[in-house]
Amino acid sequence: MINKIVQTMAEAMAGIRDGSVVLVGGFGSIGQPNALIEGLIEQGAKDLTVVANNSGVGHVGLAALLETGHVRKIICSYPRTVDPVVFEALYRAGKIELEVLPQGTMAERMRAAGAGIPAFYTPTAVGTRLAAGKEEREFSGRKYLLEEALHGDVALIEAWEADRWGNLTYRSSARNFNPVMATAATLTVAQAQHIVELGALDPEKIATPGIFVDRVVHVPYGEPVVT
Amino acid sequence: MNKAATAYKPLSRVEMAARVARDIPEGWYVNLGIGIPVLVADHIPPEREAIIQSENGILGMGPAPDEAHINRWLINASKLYVTLRPGGSYIHHADSFAVIRGGHLDLCVLGAFQVTENGDLANWATSENDTTPAVGGAMDLAAGAKRVWVVMEHTTKSGDSRLVRRCSYPLTAPGVVKRVYTNLAVLDVDAGGFAVREMVEGLTLEALQTMTDAPLRLAQS
Repeated sequence: MINKIVQTMAEAMAGIRDGSVVLVGGFGSIGQPNALIEGLIEQGAKDLTVVANNSGVGHVGLAALLETGHVRKIICSYPRTVDPVVFEALYRAGKIELEVLPQGTMAERMRAAGAGIPAFYTPTAVGTRLAAGKEEREFSGRKYLLEEALHGDVALIEAWEADRWGNLTYRSSARNFNPVMATAATLTVAQAQHIVELGALDPEKIATPGIFVDRVVHVPYGEPVVT
Repeated sequence: MNKAATAYKPLSRVEMAARVARDIPEGWYVNLGIGIPVLVADHIPPEREAIIQSENGILGMGPAPDEAHINRWLINASKLYVTLRPGGSYIHHADSFAVIRGGHLDLCVLGAFQVTENGDLANWATSENDTTPAVGGAMDLAAGAKRVWVVMEHTTKSGDSRLVRRCSYPLTAPGVVKRVYTNLAVLDVDAGGFAVREMVEGLTLEALQTMTDAPLRLAQS
């Protein structure tokens, strides 16, 4: 019997090594898997490269992972979101590296990783300083930049419902980066508000099929707070 | 300031948003950037069905909810609570940027620091050594939408023109802006540079030119 549901956070985080590239779902604090991030802090892997849209809000979730010194580098599109106090202090002190990517390029680089595409050309950022060092090529008279797939060692994602095969649904705009990150990592761990019986999820509504998911933890935390 | 400059009233942020909304027809798929652009949605009457996309995976975004109807999983690109209109849907981020980059949006309305007479857009960083530059979806939107319109104040707080010959700020995308709505005027960007379509009442082209770095001409109507 396949059962990807783990009972403890320690099992969920088992084997995550120092130096890992960790994809963290969410847009601001919505869809951000805070319980898994706390689990990762507890687990203790260091020298991490985190890929996330934002750089953490206040002192919880991703910001706590940064504040406790586990992250060497962050790859994101919008570090200057609401209340990025922890990131800004670390960045000013030279204690964290930052790589800024256009949001769509970041999403597509992970989509490519999950789809077995090593690189692709995009029109985004042509003629800007974010094109520095990137190969430019013309197709049908328009210029494009070469971007490479962005693969994670680990993806931490937040779902709404899950079953023991790892099939997942999402809630409203909390979907965001979670489905694409789930495809792009060697180890994908999901936290879910609701665990349901196999067969209970409407197959038409499963947004991430279990083939992309390795472990599921039940985290019924209730409602998120936008801060 | 000459006497002519005191005889007109610049538009407020809300009035600028309402002016943009007037030009968005039924049936367009539209992305609205952070700042004044998101206010545009409040001025498109619900019976005129323009479909608003939000980069975080919403098609058919509706107005802000009242306190009793907040869905805490439903936010827009500014991280504020919004609603979903009947017919709306959710997509993941890679699909959302397929919508944006793939040329499926009829229009993107963005804020800006500077726009040039050939449509160059600068709206993401204020200097080459900006400490924490935050690009978000701006470069994807600028490169991918069928039309890019900018809504912004005509000048900075210190009176410097935002309509310029050449951007002093880092570019978001070269040659993409087709129209600019300011608190003083509506301008097309075409092969001849900035063409003034309309001005606030009481303002003359000469007075507008004194506040504008780039050369202006009246649009052929």
